[in-house]
Amino acid sequence: MSKLNKSSSELDLDRPNIEDYLPSGSLQDSHPKLRLRDLLDISPTLTEAAGAIVDDSFTRCFKSNPPEPWNWNVYLFPLWCLGVVVRYGVLFPLRAIVLTTGWIIFLSCYFPVHFLLKGHDKLRKRLERSLVELICSFFVASWTGVVRYHGPRPSMRPKQVFVANHTSMIDFIILEQMTAFAVIMQKHPGWVGLLQSTILESLGCIWFNRSESKDREIVARKLREHVNGADNNPLLIFPEGTCVNNHYTVMFKKGAFELGCTVCPIAIKYNKIFVDAFWNSRKQSFRTHVLQLMTSLAVVCDV
Amino acid sequence: MGSASSVLTQYDIEEVEEHCDHLFTQQEIVSLYERFCQLDKNAKGFISADEFLSVPEFALNPLSHRLLKMVDGLNFKDFVAFLSAFSSKATLPQKIEIIFKVYDTDCDGKVTFSDLIEVLHDLTGPFMSDKQRAEVLSQLLHEAGYTRESSLLFDDFIKILDSPGLKMEVEVPVD
Repeated sequence: MSKLNKSSSELDLDRPNIEDYLPSGSLQDSHPKLRLRDLLDISPTLTEAAGAIVDDSFTRCFKSNPPEPWNWNVYLFPLWCLGVVVRYGVLFPLRAIVLTTGWIIFLSCYFPVHFLLKGHDKLRKRLERSLVELICSFFVASWTGVVRYHGPRPSMRPKQVFVANHTSMIDFIILEQMTAFAVIMQKHPGWVGLLQSTILESLGCIWFNRSESKDREIVARKLREHVNGADNNPLLIFPEGTCVNNHYTVMFKKGAFELGCTVCPIAIKYNKIFVDAFWNSRKQSFRTHVLQLMTSLAVVCDV
Repeated sequence: MGSASSVLTQYDIEEVEEHCDHLFTQQEIVSLYERFCQLDKNAKGFISADEFLSVPEFALNPLSHRLLKMVDGLNFKDFVAFLSAFSSKATLPQKIEIIFKVYDTDCDGKVTFSDLIEVLHDLTGPFMSDKQRAEVLSQLLHEAGYTRESSLLFDDFIKILDSPGLKMEVEVPVD
């Protein structure tokens, strides 16, 4: 036993040694005697493992709690029915019209500006930015979004990056409405990808591809170039990397914080009474998510 | 929801309750079912190894791969039966049985010196050398009346571990 004590004192004091496996009561003794029982007892470790199987804090971040149904009583049910009629029959068509009008205006202004003002970069960029902010306002109006912005608005300065929590793709739209940010996002296929490569490209958005291994270095370089440029749009990054349920945040990925510039945080909190804006991409497609938003009474959030 | 029905009927709950010897209450079984469906992402009716390992707190655990062998691919009924050893109502021998199975990697009912060294290695990793582990273990076995060559059986484990303070319980969150 004495030979063993000598070798344990050689180990770094911070590191756990055999003494850590002893039950806490016996730590009061100056020289606790290690027994076979203490070595064999792996119950604390197994308890932790089983505890993680039964419930873990990471999965809880992605759980969307269904709203409690409140319409099951004889007074409230007709009210709820009326609400459904209003939402689907009146609000939804109105909103769809608003959105379509918005798109028509946007597209009819954007393409001429983009092509005709090819030479006048500064003016073109300014117009494109205003147009993107406009279409995002239309989007927000199409779900009757009531957004309260707090704090100073972002300014166009080099060496700053904005980070925000991520609940749904609409986070981006809500923020874009206020300032035309350049975002870093995953390149999507389909019509979203088309939007990305035409309109968002002009804002200075950066794409990444999760499946390519070299991609990370290329993206890091592009990010650094972007923040250093004085007249690039302010850069927005969602450091969680995925959509979280707006009750918790998950661990931030370090990419946004290694760029050597000021980090300005933005917090987006949705009011769940009106609609749960969490986009559980495993459960809903984006189209279903947007339809759900458009048929609810309002989307209320604080930024 | 695929092969597993998305709704757990009262009959199912009672059957599972029966199967785990009433070590979990019905509400706990319903909570466990929600958890099971949460982990079983494509509703196959069982949870695969990588779905378990997608839980960061589980993947970090040094003994997770050993538990994984016991819990990989179980259907809901057997999943609950496995976890029932961690219920507060489970008896000491039931808990010791899980510990024994974790040590007995080849499932031959005997835990040898090398089995013990392997688990000790999982737990202590780089903080002890192989020589130190072998030394400690030999010393302790000797003090307890065994030798390096002896194989421990389940009854030996009960004898060694049967003392107050073996707490191995998880609480099932009931909403």
